[in-house]
Amino acid sequence: MINKNRQITPLLFIDKMSNLREEKQFNAAMSFSNLHKIPVRIWQFYYQGFKNQKGWSRQVWVIILLKLFIMFFVLKLFFFPNFLKTNYTNDQDRSDHVIENLTNPKL
Amino acid sequence: MLENFDLSLVDWSRAQFALTAMYHWIFVPLTLGLAFIIAIMETIYVKTGNPEWKKITKYWMTLFGINFAIGVATGIILEFEFGTNWSNYSWFVGDIFGAPLAVEGIMAFFMESTFIAVMFFGWKKVSKKFHLISTWLVAVGSNLSALWILVANGWMQNPVGMKFNPDTARNEMVNFWEVLFSPTAINKFLHTISSAYTLAAVFVIGVSAWYLLKKREQIFAKKSIVVAAVFGLLATLFTTMTGDNSAREVVRDQPMKFAAMEGLYDGSEGAGLVAIGFMSSTSSNGNDNMKDFAFKLEIPNLLSYMAYMRGDAFVPGVNDIINGYTDHDGVVHPSFETKRAIGQKAIAALKAYKEAKKEGNQLKAKQAQADLEANFKYFGYGYFNDPYDTVPSISMSFYSFHIMVGLGMWFILLFILALFLVYKEKIADHKWFLRAAIWSIPLAYVASQCGWIVAEMGRQPWVIQDLMPTLTAVSNIDSSSVKITFFLFLIVFTGLLIAEIKIMTKQIKIGPNHGGK
Repeated sequence: MINKNRQITPLLFIDKMSNLREEKQFNAAMSFSNLHKIPVRIWQFYYQGFKNQKGWSRQVWVIILLKLFIMFFVLKLFFFPNFLKTNYTNDQDRSDHVIENLTNPKL
Repeated sequence: MLENFDLSLVDWSRAQFALTAMYHWIFVPLTLGLAFIIAIMETIYVKTGNPEWKKITKYWMTLFGINFAIGVATGIILEFEFGTNWSNYSWFVGDIFGAPLAVEGIMAFFMESTFIAVMFFGWKKVSKKFHLISTWLVAVGSNLSALWILVANGWMQNPVGMKFNPDTARNEMVNFWEVLFSPTAINKFLHTISSAYTLAAVFVIGVSAWYLLKKREQIFAKKSIVVAAVFGLLATLFTTMTGDNSAREVVRDQPMKFAAMEGLYDGSEGAGLVAIGFMSSTSSNGNDNMKDFAFKLEIPNLLSYMAYMRGDAFVPGVNDIINGYTDHDGVVHPSFETKRAIGQKAIAALKAYKEAKKEGNQLKAKQAQADLEANFKYFGYGYFNDPYDTVPSISMSFYSFHIMVGLGMWFILLFILALFLVYKEKIADHKWFLRAAIWSIPLAYVASQCGWIVAEMGRQPWVIQDLMPTLTAVSNIDSSSVKITFFLFLIVFTGLLIAEIKIMTKQIKIGPNHGGK
């Protein structure tokens, strides 16, 4: 049961919405004196979630990591430097370059 | 000025951007639509307590998860391309793109990543209601993420709420609300997301139809079809309505796109809408882009009605727009030559401003700035010599538009038929319908891609309507590097697509009773 005398209203709200099975444990963790346990519970939530993933879920994680590696460590690093940031040192030079391109296009 | 540009670089940069945007858009609409369908299914589960609905929700959540995971971050590649291939454009739009994209990034990260975790990991850890709220927040959050990029795209089609700063060569946002609530942006957002809902509904019906055809998961499939058909029917009707609103926007702000969509070369009062049309290989007017119609079936006056809500209104054709015309609202649209002269004045004024600043001549700079502001509206026209260079590919715009609309009509019929057959309890007996529903899945993707082709090819030659032609937007880089990355993307994205199809079809074959292996 929810303790009506509890003082932290937002936590009460989360508590009510959550209606955890292990309610006593949750109340204890969320109570003011146990605020430090919240990160632990969040960690456990994600840890258990990842640990109990199904087969397809593990497959897509491999794809996600591979994709991010290709995107950020291959494509971005070797093929997609920021043109203006790489070739010009300050914003004034960058704007001068763009204005030059707009007024005297020589592409 | 056109002769100064490397058209190979421009074409390859465009091809690369189109490739990545189209692949990105394969994944996005299913995420946007399926998220809501799942939320509705879970709501029914929470309301009724029937475990069958929990099974249904969890199954579609699995397919949602696969699609979300494969598609996530594919849009970031577009941002790489902005910085490398489209640096002039990126600099020129500056703040306008920066603010919406930053909001999108923050929302996507905090809302989606937090609540998606609850969606997938939280079934036994949080209450039914909290889980349901999380599912709805994922749906709302992913759709709100789409809002910001579509607002930015809407601004490119109809630039408002900004002021060009000649010192920095950037457009600066002066009115955030004007950018956010621009009718173009609103229509674009609503039309795009509702079309995504349609695609997701077709997907759910198609997959469910496959089970019925295989005589598997009958109750699951029928329940899924009911939810998807109701959702899809409402979404498609809403898509039609927003498309109709867009037509009225486009004819005013992008009349050339409107004329290209309909293959209308010479305007008229009481213009008819081409319901079905085929273009021949000949062009009697001597312009290769403006092909003759080999066959067309027109609905009289409907185009005028679509454009101005008046059956007798004048709708301008390509030639009218080039020669100048007065529209049905009484607004005078100058000819190409006038716009070109104004654009050239604006470009010359920007140059004069920069020179005056270098010389330290404040008076001359002030005069040049005033000239620039007075003529900025048609800045981009100063780059063109031939008026027909401002006409988009007519056959591409025409066919994309008509395929999109035709398929939209088919989806309305599909949803109505699905509901009717489920109601009559005969859906499993009509194999022709089940097969048609399965084949409608690729058609939904075709319609969705056609919509973007109309929007983006139809607005050529502009990246920012009337202000910046595509030609001036590209970076001065080697076109061979663009070609290499084009093929790299082709390989990476095709690999992702194959992975998605393989994992998804495996899960579909396993079915809902195994909870996803």
